[in-house]
Amino acid sequence: MDLTANALNADEFRRLNRREQWVQMNFLVPCLLFLVLFFFVPLAMFLSNAFFDPGFTLEHFEKAFTRPLYMKTLVKTLKLSLTTTIVCVILAYPVAFVITHTSGKVKTAILILVLIPFWTNILVRMFAWLAILGRNGVINSNLIAIGAIDEPISLLYNYFAVVLGMTHYMLPFMILPIYSVMAAIPANLTDAAANLGATPFRAFLRVFLPLSLPGVGAGCLLVFILSLGFFITPALMGGAKDTMFAQIIEIQINQMLNWGFAAALSTILLVLTIILYLIYDRLLGVDRIYGKEGH
Amino acid sequence: MNMNGPLTLPKAILYLFVCLVLFFLIVPNFIVVPISFNESSLLSFPPEGFSLKWYARYWELPGWVDATVTSFVVAILTAITSVVIGSFAAYGLVRGRLVGGKMLSSLLMLPIIIPSLVTAIALFNVLSYLKLTGTLAGFVIGHTVIALPFVITIMTASLRSIDMTVENAARNLGASRLMTIRRVTMPMAMPGVISSGLFAFLISFDELLIALFISSPQVATLPKKLWEGIRFEIEPTLAAVSTLLVMLSLLILAVAGLIQLIREKRGNG
Repeated sequence: MDLTANALNADEFRRLNRREQWVQMNFLVPCLLFLVLFFFVPLAMFLSNAFFDPGFTLEHFEKAFTRPLYMKTLVKTLKLSLTTTIVCVILAYPVAFVITHTSGKVKTAILILVLIPFWTNILVRMFAWLAILGRNGVINSNLIAIGAIDEPISLLYNYFAVVLGMTHYMLPFMILPIYSVMAAIPANLTDAAANLGATPFRAFLRVFLPLSLPGVGAGCLLVFILSLGFFITPALMGGAKDTMFAQIIEIQINQMLNWGFAAALSTILLVLTIILYLIYDRLLGVDRIYGKEGH
Repeated sequence: MNMNGPLTLPKAILYLFVCLVLFFLIVPNFIVVPISFNESSLLSFPPEGFSLKWYARYWELPGWVDATVTSFVVAILTAITSVVIGSFAAYGLVRGRLVGGKMLSSLLMLPIIIPSLVTAIALFNVLSYLKLTGTLAGFVIGHTVIALPFVITIMTASLRSIDMTVENAARNLGASRLMTIRRVTMPMAMPGVISSGLFAFLISFDELLIALFISSPQVATLPKKLWEGIRFEIEPTLAAVSTLLVMLSLLILAVAGLIQLIREKRGNG
């Protein structure tokens, strides 16, 4: 065998392989071009309004951080996101647990029940909640009909309504990541714990629960991130007191026409979001969000 | 917990709890259906009488049908654009071994992480500069930005599950790269292409915030009309429109599920 020829071939092979990979990378070009043109550049252009007016300035940020209204709204938004996340995780964990531990038709049925709202227009769901909770809504009219109350009770346009609407929207985003992690836990681990004498509850607490925590963490971060910038539910189901951060950005654009200040508020929101997203990405990888759908 | 054993009290409580959560999840989806067949103009439930007049109103009132047509056209065009661009990108991500690929795929997911309000404002700026607000092209561009991350995710998973050696075999037998993609990769990735197309369609069909900013009085999408209806006058016509939208989502999910089923039967992809 001719060693030089072989070495040459290996070289040639490596060269071709590199070329191949280079060509394949070109398939990314249209997508990158599109997103740069219609996402990254527009975003940068909008956010730059926060810093230039027209010369470099930080006054918009100064206003955002010193006027109590904006920081109060930010705290309120963080609180709403936290509440939504906690309610969601309490409701979602048992559902994900049951999905993991059932099989066949029951499993499919539960997954379908989770996916249907996930893929239903948010405005349809908002309209439904308004129809259920409104003054002449399903709950009030039926309570009056059975004589439980005389006057309609106000269930809408308060903090409770916002949490309810947000929880309903975010729940699938919590269930799916938790389920995707639980599904990967080997079933024989809990069996082993049981064989070694652990009670079912103890086996769950010491074996299953810790192994499922990455999914819980990912789901919580995801729901928190999505809640932070949420606009539609607080706008439709909240009262004046429940104005959230995204809403004050919208007001700055549509009513105050103050693009510079809106950009500063958006920058604050984005920085928070991106920090949380980086943590999320480290923890689980963003592609896990939708990884399980359609099963 | 052994889920196959006899029904114990804790297990009964767990099942009951899960049933309640599922009920909470699904109830808004289905309450709009009976309300839409109401005789009265109140959103009564249980419905009083049976009539199709709210569907008739949807058909007759100006704007609703136009908005429906606009939404359909925009959603179909968005599905095509995002699947073409997104599939190529997924192919590049899966087959090309590039440095920083992990970072790149995280970057490509940003449009679904960043608050849609901020994306919508930023896009509005650029689209009005390009004189594309209130045009179909403007909607398609905006919705493609939002749909791309979903398409890339689904297509990446789909391409990863395809045996690369089959592609290599085709190349070794003398097929060009494009020929290989067209005749070997594409047919195998078809289930992924179709399901990502369906989801891109739904994302566009449901998108509100971009539509709020770039709609014009002449060209608006269905979610924009619904938003105005919910804000200014809640009446059963909205229930009729909602019912139609619920049906559409169910239909698309059913088709996606069917594709999944076929894929599992065939045992590939």
